[in-house]
Amino acid sequence: MSKNVKSVYSYTLLIPAAIVYVTFFIVPTVFSFFFSLTRWTLIEWEFIGLENFIRFLKEPQLFIGFKNTLIFTVVTCVLKVIFGVMLAVLLTMNIKTKHFLRSVIFFPTLISFVAVGITFKVLMHPTSGWINQMLGLLGISGPNWLGSPRIAIYSVALVDVWKGVGFATVILIAGIMSIPKHYYEALEIDGGNRWNAFWHITLPLTRPAINIILTLSMIYGMRTFDLVWTMTGGGPGFSSDVIASIIYKQYQAGFYGLSTAGNVLLFLAVMLIVFPFYKFLTRKEVSV
Amino acid sequence: MRIHLKRNRLWTRCLVLLMAIVITACGSGGGAGGDSANGSGAGLETGSSDSADEPVTLTLLIDNQTAMSGIEAVVKEIEKRFNIVTQFELRPGGSEGDNIVKTRLATGEMTDILFYNSGALFKALNPKEYFVDLTDEPFAENIDDSFKEVVSVDGRLYGIPASTASAGGWLYNKKIYEELGLSVPETWDQLIDNLKQVEAAGKIAVAGSFGDTWTSQIVLLADYYNVHSELPEFAEQFTNNKAKFADTSLALRGFEKIAEVYQPSFVNEDIAVATYEDALRMLAEGQVAHYPMLTSALPTLEETFPDRIDDIGYFGQPGDDPNNHGLTLWMPAGFYLNKESEHIKAGLKWMEFFASEEGMSIFMENMTPDGPVMIKGMELPDQVYGAVKEMMPYIQGGKASPALEFLSPLKGPNLEQITVEIGLGMLTPEEGAARYDLDVENHARQLGLEGW
Repeated sequence: MSKNVKSVYSYTLLIPAAIVYVTFFIVPTVFSFFFSLTRWTLIEWEFIGLENFIRFLKEPQLFIGFKNTLIFTVVTCVLKVIFGVMLAVLLTMNIKTKHFLRSVIFFPTLISFVAVGITFKVLMHPTSGWINQMLGLLGISGPNWLGSPRIAIYSVALVDVWKGVGFATVILIAGIMSIPKHYYEALEIDGGNRWNAFWHITLPLTRPAINIILTLSMIYGMRTFDLVWTMTGGGPGFSSDVIASIIYKQYQAGFYGLSTAGNVLLFLAVMLIVFPFYKFLTRKEVSV
Repeated sequence: MRIHLKRNRLWTRCLVLLMAIVITACGSGGGAGGDSANGSGAGLETGSSDSADEPVTLTLLIDNQTAMSGIEAVVKEIEKRFNIVTQFELRPGGSEGDNIVKTRLATGEMTDILFYNSGALFKALNPKEYFVDLTDEPFAENIDDSFKEVVSVDGRLYGIPASTASAGGWLYNKKIYEELGLSVPETWDQLIDNLKQVEAAGKIAVAGSFGDTWTSQIVLLADYYNVHSELPEFAEQFTNNKAKFADTSLALRGFEKIAEVYQPSFVNEDIAVATYEDALRMLAEGQVAHYPMLTSALPTLEETFPDRIDDIGYFGQPGDDPNNHGLTLWMPAGFYLNKESEHIKAGLKWMEFFASEEGMSIFMENMTPDGPVMIKGMELPDQVYGAVKEMMPYIQGGKASPALEFLSPLKGPNLEQITVEIGLGMLTPEEGAARYDLDVENHARQLGLEGW
């Protein structure tokens, strides 16, 4: 935006929002930076410098937590975009039940994470769960989805994709619908086929939408907690712990200063990764 | 230039507003202070109503996993006699519930009476700050000394027993034992031998329920009698950072026993996701022969499988010496009286009755006890679970010791995850013990204990 454009509204109008933002976001953030440097019992605190940060970084399960967070983030980001694009293209085509299907795809987004987590925990039970019983009917012996340390985090990630793909699809549908029709007409005159249309028009021009999905699911993935906690509790053992569940367990144990330090670190890590990532993505955006 | 000016004005406005907020916030804080002054006036009034016959309502926070029939019966009697009504507030159990208790204490929102664990968990609450000192109350004398120890801090008593004690060890299915001609093992090797025979007979030897992670710690915790009887000073040294699990071979044995018991050939297939209820069902239905558990599971078993409760037996986790086969005791939870309560007098009366012989007998009439009574001079009624009868000879023979969490304020919060990993073979016992030592160190530092 060029500098000589006069702003339409007075800054005074920002004040209500600013008050809310300052009291509920800025103030607690500043507080948490402070308490992360203390031994804190919620009533009393004692300043202990950086000890909490050192302790937090020494947690033996932290490495697993980082690894799992990364796995979870990458798997959910990639799959949400791939399935989202496929579904969005399908649902912008001329099919009869498209409005109905759009709502169906969106429904999982409306259910709470806890409800989804508990439901899938039952469905994924190794012997009595429906998923493995279905697979059994097909003659496949299904894996121990949540009980096997090696695949538990992937099972949770898959459920997250199931729940989140509807949201991605809706954003992508909006992106695809905003592409002017004459691009496709031009392609048709030039003799391009459907694949060309998808590869050279739809995909590049939905870049902004894809970027939003990637950024959002990346931020979400890095601080993911609800599904992991309800489905595996970070288990078996520590095998599906993510950073947020490690922090939560410390909070549960009453280590308030330590868990606050963990949150500060998580906050910094998310900022450090997401900002450059978003900058990188938006640089390549093509405007319509 | 113009833009700059505007920016500056914006910032000044924001600043002025922020100051305004801060000032009004202070103002309302003062107002609250005034209110609380009024509140203490009201307190005086209620104080007088305590002595009269006007009904007083006490609130009581309790977790939703405790069998309530005994408590409810006593509470009804208290209402009849003293016109003191008790209103229960339920909270989740486990660490989720710990959270609620700690937060409500810290924010001054605690109920009049709190039901909560004794031992390490209780001591982590900073009791001096929140609970009424009961040391000089006359009813303090009725309470068994071993229980007093686990609800006292710096020699001051804060709680009364909310139930009977229970034991950690092995619940077993007597029918399977009969069928296979097995006898109760006196040593660890005999126990392993029994497990092998059950396995050979095509049954599941041990039920594991790692879906409820806390159940995975029992084999370690219930082994504490074997540590205590040879190394009574371990608890103190452990608290003072002078002894570690990893380099005390007797204590490390507990971690090794987890690995020995939860071998894939001994346990149920779905061990990683099975729950406490699943395991109890398998034990009652005779699908598995053993379940390492606390005897506090017996009331739940009775509720769910009333006709199978007599098939369930108990033995303490054996060590290596057949002549020194003992059990590890779990102290019951306690009731604690909130210092900030407006009905302290009524609360004390409530506690006096609950901790009396009369109160405890009403309790036991309505809920079959799962272990020894914590009121001095009281015996168990004739009507007890068969498993509890098997438990009493250990106690009468002096072969019992409290679990470590009742002798030390330290308990690492990640123990249950560590024991799951050992049980599933993801960690060796040595690695697990070392990791637990680190976890304990975290806890000690957070408590600000000396010597760490």
